[in-house]
Amino acid sequence: MTNKGAVQAAPFFFGDPMKQLRFSIIAALAFVAAACSTTNGEGPKTASDTQTAKDAPTPFPSTYNRYPGRPTALVGATVYDGNGGRIDNGTVLLRDGEVVAIGDAALATDGYDRIDGTGKFVTPGIIDIHSHLGDYPSPSVDAHSDGNEATSPTTPEVWAEHSVWPQDPGFSRALANGGITSLQILPGSANLMGGRSATLKNVPARTVQGMKFPGAPYGFKMACGENPKRVYGGKGRMPSTRMGNFAVNRQTWLDAKTYADGDRKKRDLAKETLAGVLDGDILVHNHCYRADEMALVMDMAKEMGYKVSAFHHAVESYKIGDLLKENDVCSAIWADWYGFKMESYDGIQENGALLWKAGACVVIHSDDENGIQRLNQEAAKAQAAGRRMGIDIPDAEVVRWITLNAAKAMGIDDMTGSLEAGKMADVVLWNGDPLSVYSRPEKVWIDGALMYDANDPKRRPISDFELGQPGAGDVK
Amino acid sequence: MNARALLLAAAAVTACASPAAAQDMVITNATVATGDGSDPVQGATVVVRSGRVVAAGQGVAVPAGMPVVDGTGRWVTPGIFASLTTLGLFDVGGVQESNDSGARNSPFGAALDVAPALNPASQHVAVARASGITRGSVYSQPSSSIFGGQGAVVDMGADSTMLVRPRAFQMVVLGEYGARLAGGSRTSAHALFRNSLREARQYGSDARITGGGARGQVSTGDDIPVDTRMIDNAANRGDDVLLTRFDAAALVPVVRGEQKLYVVVERAADIRNVLALRQEFPRLDMVLVGVSEGWLAAREIAAAGVPVIADPLDDLPSSFEQLGATQSNVGRMIAAGVKVALGGLSGTTGDQPKNLAQYAGNLVALTRVPGATGLSWGQAFATITSIPASIAGYGGRFGTLTAGAAGDMVIWDGDPLEVSSAPVTVYIDGVEQPLDNHQSGLRERYRDLDESQMPKAYDW
Repeated sequence: MTNKGAVQAAPFFFGDPMKQLRFSIIAALAFVAAACSTTNGEGPKTASDTQTAKDAPTPFPSTYNRYPGRPTALVGATVYDGNGGRIDNGTVLLRDGEVVAIGDAALATDGYDRIDGTGKFVTPGIIDIHSHLGDYPSPSVDAHSDGNEATSPTTPEVWAEHSVWPQDPGFSRALANGGITSLQILPGSANLMGGRSATLKNVPARTVQGMKFPGAPYGFKMACGENPKRVYGGKGRMPSTRMGNFAVNRQTWLDAKTYADGDRKKRDLAKETLAGVLDGDILVHNHCYRADEMALVMDMAKEMGYKVSAFHHAVESYKIGDLLKENDVCSAIWADWYGFKMESYDGIQENGALLWKAGACVVIHSDDENGIQRLNQEAAKAQAAGRRMGIDIPDAEVVRWITLNAAKAMGIDDMTGSLEAGKMADVVLWNGDPLSVYSRPEKVWIDGALMYDANDPKRRPISDFELGQPGAGDVK
Repeated sequence: MNARALLLAAAAVTACASPAAAQDMVITNATVATGDGSDPVQGATVVVRSGRVVAAGQGVAVPAGMPVVDGTGRWVTPGIFASLTTLGLFDVGGVQESNDSGARNSPFGAALDVAPALNPASQHVAVARASGITRGSVYSQPSSSIFGGQGAVVDMGADSTMLVRPRAFQMVVLGEYGARLAGGSRTSAHALFRNSLREARQYGSDARITGGGARGQVSTGDDIPVDTRMIDNAANRGDDVLLTRFDAAALVPVVRGEQKLYVVVERAADIRNVLALRQEFPRLDMVLVGVSEGWLAAREIAAAGVPVIADPLDDLPSSFEQLGATQSNVGRMIAAGVKVALGGLSGTTGDQPKNLAQYAGNLVALTRVPGATGLSWGQAFATITSIPASIAGYGGRFGTLTAGAAGDMVIWDGDPLEVSSAPVTVYIDGVEQPLDNHQSGLRERYRDLDESQMPKAYDW
């Protein structure tokens, strides 16, 4: 396992404790591959310099096009629409890559292939807002350590998509076992500003462009707390303290504002990313554990004129549910991780439920190539912890935590995340209640194309890496 | 106090840790799973008296004069046995000064012993207890050597000691990680391993070695004899040795088959090479640990009669020794006749011991995935109760509700393998356990965010 920035989660003897230290205690500094350019705008003028980055066509554009699908009617299942709605004995119609309609048994299905979902459940495709598939892929060898450009505390110029290895076998496990249809690949948390994220459709492709979610805004990874100060303090440079973290962040934002307020004609990859955040085009995803630090970050955002979309790993969000609601910031959390580092010491299983009760936005995330296969179970654990303390959260609301709320914080909620007419037909048919440990995806559609079918051994992707290896094509 | 006295004192503490207030009780009308591999039965009765299970099942008579609890709507099971944890060895994983789970810069390997490092007041012990874990084993992470040292069997009781059995097993790591610790190659790991066992064999049998004093065995309060040279002061034993005398002495019971040897290994080829070691060291009492590719060597493992403590759900080629990893690994090994427990959850993230039940539930889920090999509910529950207890040497005593077993019992609010369920009451040796901890304190404080009268710091 590789938890880039949180902590390594594998039982030591099943993996390699050196890797545990790589991401938690010693951090990424010793293992970083200098993969990404740190261009600061030096070099000859070119034609492209005459226009600002904002006006230029987006580089590395998505080449993803949906795969063919048949008009499909899912009938008879319990439907959670991702937006808090539930329909028993529901009908979901998919055609031409889109959700055409959802309704009850009265909905006409003429012209559609009917799939009987009696006793089964339908949800939108599951979305993981925090993944490192591709930038810390399996096998977890040093040569694959591409998630932390830990050579400077601020690297807004790096883009996670340039590290993503599309052949990471983890994508297929997330699809088949977790029903994941969209995910955000983030840089790690060694840096205060780690770089741009990549939002992907979970479709196998030869290139990362073939996975990029068309029209998704970029995210921007930031990190509070222990990791940046440890990594750079350990190198004898700033920041080595939490106050140093904020000083470096604020000065970087001030410099970015100067750039953004200018003509922006000189290409500067770092400043272009930061200006994109200040413009509201790039969404901030801020790794931050402690409540007091989140409060400081929200004030820093106000000072500098940007908005935090979501705090990730926000184990102490329950202490400031009111503030998070007031600032409209989501908390992307695990159900129950705690105690692996000092700033995670106050993690509690009721975090999600208490946030929900406070009216704040809850997202369940993984940060883990194994956890991404069970986001539904993690959401169910968080729900149950709430119920035991008297907070009863409907199942349909809990499904929202791993679908529409994630989409909202990633800026793709107008395209996916819920089963509504006109949205992408990203859909999971579960063989039972998705909030039960005993249920698994039976079929998964992405943009209306059937990309996984538990009943069809050939409708299961195998990455190049696994071909010809022991167990290739196994159920996994 | 000299070393011998220290050992004896530690043993005395262990011996004195007995149930303080075991409750006699009868629970009726509950759904009961005994942990023996059978499926749960409804409308069943459990009788516990003097800290031990008297009977469990349908049609069990309620003894006269005992308090009866109505278990309607509840599940009653043995406590979970968490194999291979680091419970009691750390407070915060990443805070090195609080973490005794490995000893990277220690001059010793096999001689390390987790017993004096165990802290029963650790929050993680309290969290495990509240999650229905009543017993387990604790290992010392191989860090300075391929040998991690001697692990213990423990309980999670809220009392002054965790120790049930110190020095219950030795751990050695082979495969990729062992190769790294050994100097960079599996060849070196195997050479080191064989050399260590040979030195220990020699050390255990060669009475002419200076030192050792009386050849008799020393009682330290547990049932594994300790070579006397562990506790004397003579160090001479020739020049051509790699092990310290402490490490050599610690391996004497291993090579004699008196102490279990847990061998961490993943790849099918490595598994076969480990099984072959018994041709050279016939008395080794081995347990395989990790074993991601065990399904590829399942018949050999079964034929060797070597039990396995497996990582529950690994299904990624996270290393080149785990290319064949699949969630069906455990099911396929069990189908081939291997004795398999789940274990190795030694952290606080996805690998926290609390999640053992969830992982076992996932193995049941596999029975409904075409092409996968899962477990029945009873089989899955046994992999976290009776089987790990049996592998640890406590068959029939822990992880089961059979007559005479320890009164380790959990009353659940639902199916214990389901992610929505949790313990209502936990007993260890018949003693009801507190279920509160740091987490529950925070939960209660932050039920609301009202500070209109006083700061939250006064809310406790």
